[in-house]
Amino acid sequence: MTTTTAPRFNLYWFASPQTFYALAGRLIPWFMALAVVLTLAGLYIAFLVAPTDATQGESYRIIFVHVPAAWMSMFLYVVMAFWAAVGLAFNTRLSSMLATAIAPTGALMTALALWSGSLWGRPTWGSYWVWDARLTSELILLFLYLGFIALQAAIDDRRRADKAGAVLAIIGVVNVPIIYFSVKWWNTLHQGASVSVKGSSMATTMLWGMLIMALAFWMYSIAAVLFRVRTIILERERRSDWVRELAAQEKLK
Amino acid sequence: MLNVIGQVIRRDLLLAARQKADVLNTLFFFVVVVTIVPLGIGPEPNLLRAIAPGVVWVAALLAAILSLPRLFANDHADGTLEQMLLSAEPLPLIVLGKAAAHWLVTGLPLTLMSILFGVAFDIGRAETSVMVASLLLGTPVLSLIGAVGAALTLGLRGGGVLTSLLVLPLFIPVLIFGAGAVGASAAGVGYAAYLLLLGAFLLFALVLTPWLVGIALRISVE
Repeated sequence: MTTTTAPRFNLYWFASPQTFYALAGRLIPWFMALAVVLTLAGLYIAFLVAPTDATQGESYRIIFVHVPAAWMSMFLYVVMAFWAAVGLAFNTRLSSMLATAIAPTGALMTALALWSGSLWGRPTWGSYWVWDARLTSELILLFLYLGFIALQAAIDDRRRADKAGAVLAIIGVVNVPIIYFSVKWWNTLHQGASVSVKGSSMATTMLWGMLIMALAFWMYSIAAVLFRVRTIILERERRSDWVRELAAQEKLK
Repeated sequence: MLNVIGQVIRRDLLLAARQKADVLNTLFFFVVVVTIVPLGIGPEPNLLRAIAPGVVWVAALLAAILSLPRLFANDHADGTLEQMLLSAEPLPLIVLGKAAAHWLVTGLPLTLMSILFGVAFDIGRAETSVMVASLLLGTPVLSLIGAVGAALTLGLRGGGVLTSLLVLPLFIPVLIFGAGAVGASAAGVGYAAYLLLLGAFLLFALVLTPWLVGIALRISVE
């Protein structure tokens, strides 16, 4: 089978690795373009438009990287756990492949949040690290990502790896609300929530810069995950006809 | 139906009694780890009194992790685990029995031994009893959550280390509240909240982990 014709409306049309591979290939350039544009806009606002902070001076500008990375780290974990759970419950390969693809990007975002936060902590709190609730739970999130990657790497049988990773991801999702609410539940050094659905306590330009950067990080994450999942699809489906044809036509770069 | 829990506990205790070395090794490891900390840090009594709960708790965590591979490995090797998966009895109950037996041979002796360390670190009678209470509530949680890790990594290469990596992040809340309870007691602040949270973790784990371990076992043994 080389070509497929789309039926009138099928909710599960893109649940097949083959069709999703093509879709992802078409979507990646758009998401990357969006990511680049939004990053440029966000950084412009961050460095040239947003005013100097009253208490922190210029060092607060790390917020334009730190907060988006932290938001993405939590969001990506939940998305990863969601797709892993779907793969476990419905036995769909593509869902599990997507979960596997999300993990490294999520780990990167977590590491970036920890690193940028550490650099921010030095001028403002006086130390690179404190053992307060939010930092510790974000560190645990990094360990959970790494544990997920390690577990899947240790199992040779891909389906068993998918399911075992799914169980681990689902158990770890409990940590995300803990991170989110840690600043409210414990007396921590970390700043409390200044942005919520009801409004924010930040200056408008700062808020906009942060939201644009968050959107940029999100677009980048989607592009990176789609790119990675295409590679995973090719690896796992390498014995199927459509992959063999693509390889034969040397369309795989 | 609930008889199966008692049966599984009895069987595991019998097996453990025949291989006392395994059980005693874990306890011995716990003792050694707690002992070498003052040797490394120095004998200053006030410092030791301050770090005692943390040291005992971390050693308890490490000892629990060390004993995890043995939870399912022997049964997996001789085929008993497959029979448990095929059994007419509910798998979560069998798992509960195994976790309970594991706790009886690792967590419970550890908790009792900690009384001695309460004396060795000179933390006072009140703090020692809070420490024992926190361990009594916390070590079963370690056995239960550890069982999930052991089930997920059943038969994998790199076994023990991988299990530790997976299971330690999940242990951390128990560690924080367990050691925190003793710390609060030493500081004169209320420790009841910590113990109640540990109790909540225990109830949560009792309800959820047997089911999760069952799923993990079926994935690992298929």
